[in-house]
Amino acid sequence: MRALPFIAPRALARPTLVAVATLASSTVLHAQLGSFNPRPGPQGTYAITNARIVPVSGPEIARGTVLIKGSKIEAVGANVAIPSGAQVLDASGLTVYPGMMDAGTSMGLSEIGQGANATVDVAEVGSFNPNAQAYYAINPHSAHIGVARVVGITSVVSRPTGGILSGQAALVNLAGSTVPEMSVVPRVALAMELPRSGFGGRRGGGGGEFAALAGAANTQDVQRLRQRQLDSLRQILKDAEAYGKSLDAYARDKTLPRPKHDVVLESMLPAVRGEEPVMMVADRAGDIRESVLFAEEMKLKPIIVGGRDAWMVAAFLKQHNVPVLLGGINDLPTREDDPYDVNWSAAGKLVAAGVRIAVTSGDAGSEVRNLPLVAGMAAAYGLSKADALKSVTLWPAQIMGVGDKMGSLDAGKVANLVVTDGDLLEAKTNTRYLFIDGRPVPLDSKHTELYTQFKQRP
Amino acid sequence: MTMTSFTGTRPMPTLLRAALVAACAALPLAAQATRVATGGTTLIKNATVLTVTKGTLENTDLLIQNGKIAQIGKNLASPAGATVIDATGKYIMPGIIDPHSHMMSDAVNEGSLSVTSMVRITDVLNPTAPNIYRALASGVTSLNILHGSANTIGGQNATVKLKYGRPVAEMLFPGAPPGIKFALGENVTRKNQQQVQLPGQPAASRRYPATRMGQEEVLRDAFTRARDYKAAWDDYRAKAKTDKNAVAPRRDLELEPLVEVLEGKRLVHAHSYRSDEMLMLLNLAREFGFKVQTLQHALEGYKIASEIAAAGTGLSTFADNWSYKIEAYDAIPYNVAIVMEKGVLATINSDSDERVRRLNIDAAKLIKYGGLTEEQALRTITYNGALQLGVADKVGSIEVGKDADIAIWNAHPLSVYANVDKTFIDGEVFFDRQKDLAQRSEKEKERADLERQDPNQPPGARGRPVQPAVPEENR
Repeated sequence: MRALPFIAPRALARPTLVAVATLASSTVLHAQLGSFNPRPGPQGTYAITNARIVPVSGPEIARGTVLIKGSKIEAVGANVAIPSGAQVLDASGLTVYPGMMDAGTSMGLSEIGQGANATVDVAEVGSFNPNAQAYYAINPHSAHIGVARVVGITSVVSRPTGGILSGQAALVNLAGSTVPEMSVVPRVALAMELPRSGFGGRRGGGGGEFAALAGAANTQDVQRLRQRQLDSLRQILKDAEAYGKSLDAYARDKTLPRPKHDVVLESMLPAVRGEEPVMMVADRAGDIRESVLFAEEMKLKPIIVGGRDAWMVAAFLKQHNVPVLLGGINDLPTREDDPYDVNWSAAGKLVAAGVRIAVTSGDAGSEVRNLPLVAGMAAAYGLSKADALKSVTLWPAQIMGVGDKMGSLDAGKVANLVVTDGDLLEAKTNTRYLFIDGRPVPLDSKHTELYTQFKQRP
Repeated sequence: MTMTSFTGTRPMPTLLRAALVAACAALPLAAQATRVATGGTTLIKNATVLTVTKGTLENTDLLIQNGKIAQIGKNLASPAGATVIDATGKYIMPGIIDPHSHMMSDAVNEGSLSVTSMVRITDVLNPTAPNIYRALASGVTSLNILHGSANTIGGQNATVKLKYGRPVAEMLFPGAPPGIKFALGENVTRKNQQQVQLPGQPAASRRYPATRMGQEEVLRDAFTRARDYKAAWDDYRAKAKTDKNAVAPRRDLELEPLVEVLEGKRLVHAHSYRSDEMLMLLNLAREFGFKVQTLQHALEGYKIASEIAAAGTGLSTFADNWSYKIEAYDAIPYNVAIVMEKGVLATINSDSDERVRRLNIDAAKLIKYGGLTEEQALRTITYNGALQLGVADKVGSIEVGKDADIAIWNAHPLSVYANVDKTFIDGEVFFDRQKDLAQRSEKEKERADLERQDPNQPPGARGRPVQPAVPEENR
């Protein structure tokens, strides 16, 4: 095997020349929180040979080649001609998987949740912030990024939270020195948290409007408050629709009065035109149902996020063809008499009912690395292993509208892939090679840096 | 441990017994305690036995008698009356021990003072907490239930066996040495007070100590007083041998547990994050002549692995939690691997009723992060915990003569795809997945029936009054 100078073949391998250069440059940035993510190597032609290949979109290939050219997968198969000049990685005994995607994060928006408020950029002030874009606040040097990608998570959706219209989520690859370098879809979905229907907590709760509900005296108060909030939401969505129509009319007929520009309404146009999905946070059965009905009323394209009780309304979700980004799989049951495995078994039930799902860690950033274990847990309680794998690769890509270019090992897709020494979803499995956007990514992170530094301390 | 007043002999209908295995907290304790009186005689056949201390045994039988592991071997004969379980293709491992939990606790923190060594977790345990059953369903059998981390010297711990449905007195681990919680760092200085409110603690007011300097001083002051107090009692006892009129010192419930610490009779479990604060405590303990049993969390333990090893102190940490607060920003999942290499006895803990259900997966992470062997990884959630809690002669590994605190898994427990089939404590089944599944439709029906009852209808329905507003003063 010809060693590639910029790929550390194991997480703990000695830094090679390029890796050393990377370390040196990261030392300069050391004063800011998170500057531990080594820069990936260059794009080129790479052939991963003699590997077991799990394309996810089709049957396994017992022994074959994945050919990468530029940012794309050029070919996948048992008999792939290797072009001269290709850098060859012998992956005998190893397995190639598509990189995983966690579509339920706030990656890069929050570094240290408690006691370091200045590192938290998750939620804007107020209830309606459709023009707040995660794209402009993701910290490409967050240590969470390096830690998540070395287990094979190659892309995430990072989403603002809080309020009612939380902002615009971004789909990014987990490699790059700048957000434009990382970006796949800068505005992949509008994040919305429909006012919930009752008292009680919800994971990762948002800001001001919900605090008002918490102060409500009884269910009637809650309903009244909620109705007011829903009316405000309807209003702003209708305003955006009208704004779009006036823009269209003006484009056709310049003799009409020119519409006054409004950046808030402008930011909602793709969503109200049904061109951009709306991520709707909802966990309770009632809230899920109401979110779907509200979306249909407003002609939005809903994706349920959280979806703790989605299995209870699986037939409804199937009927309305609404996908779920399932978070909270490892949450304790909320009701005392729930089966102990109620949340672990939810994914299996939803898939059995024909609902489109993706499994997410539901974490802001630092625990995103456990995404494969969350999917594995669902597989321990009813989801098939093959579907568990899809739930963190192809399915999230499809739900986020990029299924044609991400999420599986197919010619023409973005070369996000991971080479492991075992089952991708097992805790003990090691990543051996990692490619993001066709770039080989060193398997170092803040954690391996500290490990290397301190394991040698006498 | 007393059983007499709660353990009746009247047989119970099978259905009721099955129902009691699950979360059925509404029934009186006395009724629950009568179930599953097996006498603990069971033969588990043809399993892969992960002994944790004596290797992995394939196609092996395990005989439980009188609550103990009686025999381990191939083709064991079945004693008369024994329940026989075919475990072909399944795995037996010791019950998981969580060295840091707050389960069952109606209160966690007595955070009003900086030294609350006088308070006891045993006084606030709720034996009907549903999370006990959920932990059993993940093969967990013992916990170290600790006081919270609100103050430098917290309250006294409780080591328990998760005998769900039994009275607290039967759950307390017989013969387990007593312990006490210490805490250092951010939770004590309350630097997070605007953002974090600790459970059971009133909105944090400013309280001494507010710095790590103050924490050292609180410890020094408390142990100086404890040393004097011990000297006063030693003097008195010496004097009382000859002088019938010797006057005993006034009892001090705050200092008594600290004297036990000085005498090596009470184990110190110290919540700590940063390496400097851990080192402070280890040095202070050496100066006062006691040992810190475990550093809890100890996320930066790897930075001072040699010093921890030299102190003979154990470390109990998270597998990979990090970055949730400043003092957790340098946490790495290689913590256990580094300290183990230096000879530190290390465990993985949960500190969470949720995460306690996934300790097997947390242990598996150690194989990836630092290259532990499977047996080393398993020990961090079993035998090592038993050593840290002083109960390794009874639990933590599968050996003849030990308590039959074990779990049967449907796959290797370090696999993410594994789940628990049955969990035994003292030879009795406290969790059985097949029974749990079998009774679900029954429970669903019961729930539906209850939901149809008038009192459970929404306000205004079926003539129920519209719910009155809660008066302002009661909100």
